[in-house]
Amino acid sequence: MEKERQVLVVFPHPDDEAFGVSGTLALHIKNGTPVTYACLTLGEMGRNMGNPPFATRESLPYIRRKELQDAANVIGIKDLRMLGYRDKTVEFEQETALANHMSELIDELNPSLIITFYPGYAVHPDHDATGAAVIKAVENMPAEQRPKVHCVAFSNNCEEEIGQADTVHDVSTVADIKIATIKAHISQTQLMVKEMEEQLQNSEPQVMARINNERFWTYTF
Amino acid sequence: MELVVKEQVQKELTKLTNKDVYIHLETTNGAYASHFDETFFSSGAYIRNAHLKFEHSKIAGDGPFRIGLKTTIGWVYAEGITHFEVDSQNRLLLAGHDFNGKLAVALEISETPFE
Ligand SMILES: [Zn+2]
Repeated sequence: MEKERQVLVVFPHPDDEAFGVSGTLALHIKNGTPVTYACLTLGEMGRNMGNPPFATRESLPYIRRKELQDAANVIGIKDLRMLGYRDKTVEFEQETALANHMSELIDELNPSLIITFYPGYAVHPDHDATGAAVIKAVENMPAEQRPKVHCVAFSNNCEEEIGQADTVHDVSTVADIKIATIKAHISQTQLMVKEMEEQLQNSEPQVMARINNERFWTYTF
Repeated sequence: MELVVKEQVQKELTKLTNKDVYIHLETTNGAYASHFDETFFSSGAYIRNAHLKFEHSKIAGDGPFRIGLKTTIGWVYAEGITHFEVDSQNRLLLAGHDFNGKLAVALEISETPFE
């Protein structure tokens, strides 16, 4: 993995970082690279409330804010920004305003690498809108000043349309950090973690591969 | 949250009758429904801090429950309600959780605006 000057991660929901990129972030931090995680919302609209329910629509944002902070601590992220948008409304924000907000972050941090969602291939409308705002902000920069942008894609049609990921990081050396990150988002991952732990104990190759390999598509402008 | 006790919820609804209240109402099947099942038609609706007054309210059904609020010039209703809570800010929170415990519908009534 290339050594970076500064990494900026931009996702809309607490837990977006857990499955796809937490291993990569942990490796950057072990490399001594500062990582800033900008999370647009608090996942206010999450549907997992526990069974029987321990969260309400109104208490969920507080629970998820704490989980996000815990996850950042597990990964070793020192600079966590909560941008104050509301879950499921990101795509309805004014595109220029959102892109300008991203530009401010980029100007301040001067990252050499940005990680976000691949617009159009990230399933959730908030994911696509967040990715689009980041891409727009980077597009507005002079070409020679643009940081690298690594996108996460997972829509059913993504490989058909944008091909295979061009960057795959083996994060097996930090798999424990990754699993702890997933667990930190316990309100949303409770059910999945149970299933995952069984599969890991049986070393199911597909599950191991999914955890140990993080895939990125480099955005071309 | 607790499982709905019909009489108790009715009592809470009645307390809020003819008061200036703020409503949160949502239905959802989640943003991933069509990703996991492409034949699934995803839909939902959401309104936060609708400011209104209702003159009559009723909880109906044997569970999951239906709740209707009659306003001066219209209606608010929700179906699939399974749980309720009066929270520390004295807001009546009603929610319907599906068979996996996931939130499917929420109706909340408060005398102060929701954040
Ligand atoms: Zn997300």
